[in-house]
Amino acid sequence: MPATQTDSSPPGGLEPAPRRPSAVRPGDRIFSGLSKGAGITLLVIMAAIAVFLSIRAAVAISANEGNFLTTFEWDANASPPYFGIAVLLFGTVVSSVIAMVLAVPVAVGIALFISHYAPRRVAGTLGYVVDLLAAVPSIIYGLWGALFLVPQMTGLYSWLDQFLGWTGIFAYDNTPARSLMTVGILLAIMILPIITSVTREIFKQTPKAHEEAALALGATRWEVIRMTVLPFGRSGVISASMLGLGRALGETMAVATVLSPAFLINISLLESGGGTFAQNIASQFKEAGSMGRDALIASGLVLFLLTLLVNGAARLIIARRKEFTS
Amino acid sequence: MSDTVKDTVKSSRGRASGGAPAPDGPSERPGATAVLRNTTLQQPRLPRWAPAALVGGSLGAGILIGVLGNLDSRIQWGLIAALIYLTATFAVTTAVEGRRQAVDRFAASLVWTSFVVAILPLASLLWETIARGIPGVSWYFLTHSMNGVLSWQEGGGIYHALLGTVQQVLLASVIAIPIGLLTAVYLVEYGRGRLAKAITFFVDVMTGIPSIVAGLFVLSMWIMMLGFGYSGFAGALALSILMMPIVVRSTEEMLKLVPGELREASLALGVPKWRTILKVVLPTAIGGITTGVMLALARIAGETAPIILLVFGSNMINANPFEGAQSSLPLFVYEQWAFGTEAAYDRAWAAALVLIAFIMILNLVARGIARWKAPKTGR
Amino acid sequence: MAKRIDVTGLTAFYGTHRAIEGISMHVQPKSVTAFIGPSGCGKSTFLRTLNRMHEVTPGGRVEGQVMLDNEDLYGPGVDPVQVRRNIGMVFQRPNPFPTMSIYDNVVAGLKLNGKFSRAELDEVVEKNLRGANLWNEVKDRLHKPGSGLSGGQQQRLCIARATAVEPDVLLMDEPCSALDPISTLAIEDLISQLKSRFTIVIVTHNMQQAARVSERTAFFNLAAVGQPGKLIEIDTTDRIFSNPSVQATEDYISGRFG
Repeated sequence: MPATQTDSSPPGGLEPAPRRPSAVRPGDRIFSGLSKGAGITLLVIMAAIAVFLSIRAAVAISANEGNFLTTFEWDANASPPYFGIAVLLFGTVVSSVIAMVLAVPVAVGIALFISHYAPRRVAGTLGYVVDLLAAVPSIIYGLWGALFLVPQMTGLYSWLDQFLGWTGIFAYDNTPARSLMTVGILLAIMILPIITSVTREIFKQTPKAHEEAALALGATRWEVIRMTVLPFGRSGVISASMLGLGRALGETMAVATVLSPAFLINISLLESGGGTFAQNIASQFKEAGSMGRDALIASGLVLFLLTLLVNGAARLIIARRKEFTS
Repeated sequence: MSDTVKDTVKSSRGRASGGAPAPDGPSERPGATAVLRNTTLQQPRLPRWAPAALVGGSLGAGILIGVLGNLDSRIQWGLIAALIYLTATFAVTTAVEGRRQAVDRFAASLVWTSFVVAILPLASLLWETIARGIPGVSWYFLTHSMNGVLSWQEGGGIYHALLGTVQQVLLASVIAIPIGLLTAVYLVEYGRGRLAKAITFFVDVMTGIPSIVAGLFVLSMWIMMLGFGYSGFAGALALSILMMPIVVRSTEEMLKLVPGELREASLALGVPKWRTILKVVLPTAIGGITTGVMLALARIAGETAPIILLVFGSNMINANPFEGAQSSLPLFVYEQWAFGTEAAYDRAWAAALVLIAFIMILNLVARGIARWKAPKTGR
Repeated sequence: MAKRIDVTGLTAFYGTHRAIEGISMHVQPKSVTAFIGPSGCGKSTFLRTLNRMHEVTPGGRVEGQVMLDNEDLYGPGVDPVQVRRNIGMVFQRPNPFPTMSIYDNVVAGLKLNGKFSRAELDEVVEKNLRGANLWNEVKDRLHKPGSGLSGGQQQRLCIARATAVEPDVLLMDEPCSALDPISTLAIEDLISQLKSRFTIVIVTHNMQQAARVSERTAFFNLAAVGQPGKLIEIDTTDRIFSNPSVQATEDYISGRFG
């Protein structure tokens, strides 16, 4: 692979050239070929995911008697199959948005706490603990959410109902709190360590020189953060949030255990019902026949596209940000 | 020597007064900054005990309102206390120290509050898992399967699930680690141009794939298209897809930390590039790479969704990951939770505790390696 | 309103390590005082104790007294934020805020202290950029990022930023060490002009620079590595460079060590 050889010329150019004329060594060719092959394998896998999901989804959607986007039901095993993703899309987006609204400000707060407020020793330990919490499997969040968090939410929800029930969004009927709101809160708790962990790293990298410049102008601690840390970390916070959003959108187990699903869109976020893509796939899978599976795969494809969109948006924001700052 | 120095000074001073326009004289100052002049460094400040008093007071008020208002959820008490704390801090500091200080203190108390708000559920999660899990964990629990145990019965164990998890995770890493490592090597050492860009982009995309989508992909290809049955290996395929991008990312970061001088030094000795990578670059970064790989392992060991779709679950011990349904720890937790009986809940908590312990040990070892190998990068 | 500084018995710590010990000196208003000495002798640390920046470093602690005219910087009830607001600082490496424009960099300190009309801000920006000999170079791109300037321009921007809040004292921590000779000369010119408005203290590695810009020079040294740095002597620059009273100063100046 002579092309690769010349491409990597900066270090290669330092070789004592006369002893070895530019013959491509077999070792080099094999090794660079192998590593290139691995990279291409990754691309092939990504392509395969898109292709296979699309094929199965096409089978399901072409057989579907309902409207795939607007139907409020999921009778994929019936013949003819009749299903749509409206409820799932709504539930997925709403629960993730709730999670983001709750988690991002708090995560930025904790990240600042660890990077700029906590005493140094405490900060080290805390950072460690947050990293460990980010590794706790989602099924454990799910178990905790279903058996501990759900009963705790009842009081809070009746309170919300009392003051904000008139909006309709916060109406509550005192049934167990297995609603999209609880899902959102649980997702927020779940993605908190991830967002915190990334954000904290970015905040810590704020150049000391800039912080000292602000301090020397007579800025208070908060003003230093506002002038240097936050502008410096903004793109980091965005990408961390998107990472968290991606997790929230695709989260399966924490939703499957907490939500009491139903194929309807409830105006109230506090009452049970609704569903998410991932949750629906996990809970319907065992009963699904061949067409049922294809239908689930079709919904999975939408989820896939949704996460692609979020990731792409994050990347764009960061790229634009980079252009602006440099 | 100082004479020549002085000469330079004089000449440069002369040049300066001729060139640049002279700044305003010292006597005149614009109105804007004149307002700012502070004759004293002393500022009225809150006494040192004030923040503690504010915390105590608002906690007390929160509890009082909670008790008097007959609010049954502690969450409400806490929220009220937090709200009182934040407003009181702002009000008191504005009154005593002025607006700038008030904003500063308010921000600080907001940061502290968000920390407490976040740490409580996470602490509760760990506490619940440990407190409810410990009674169920025993040697029997670790060494027996659920074969013949009905959902409402006591007893049974997680041996089959542990075995499944270990086999699936190992198989997944056998697939994912070489591909991930080599891809990272390609990106850092060889990759230029469009192909490398595409790979970098799609590695990022792959990081964001929900685990259930990876499961659906293997389902549609391996089981539905190629006609293989449910097996631990099918699960491992999905897990390896989730693992690859993590390995690539962390390895890439580590390889980039290896100083270019090191490569050049080796190449300058006439060592071929591939040997330089194998003998110099990779060994230098090995600590960080190991850490990344172990963190990736910890991540996939807790995955449930693809396992539900591909491994299916079983109550019996199946030591062959290539054929027949298996179980896994996270799946076991989910199944036991779904049964909804007290005995099953106990098993779910116990298994959750074992799973957390498993993952924490992986994490701690990984971070131990990172710390042990870290000083070389000098950060 | 340039003020004088009187330091008495000042000791600074990093954790338990004494970085500098028992320093007493006077800094005259409206003049330039230079600190010289070998690396690690604590001259930068001492400079940072003069605006309470030392305590920002983890483990940083100070004992002793620093009087700014009649007020002790380390007295009870003194707000370090107010201290830094009144004693400006310019750092070794130019550090304009990268996300702010040139204009916003200059008024950054001002904006912290209250609301100003556009016209007032414009006036401050022009005055201080002129004062930093930078106005002609940047007047057409005031709203471009400050990071786009050359190193020397960035450093002058940082000086403009520091002078914009009209401090009593301007501290400079090796302001030219990261700059090329031409930019260095520009900054030195600027220092000579600024001393009509401010009390200036400058740390420098470069003895010619100390000789060129300062009226008084303080020589710092340490007995051995790990020992705290001490003030050896302070006198008029002419005397320090022509006829110092301590042998170590003469050795250092004539290049015998350091």
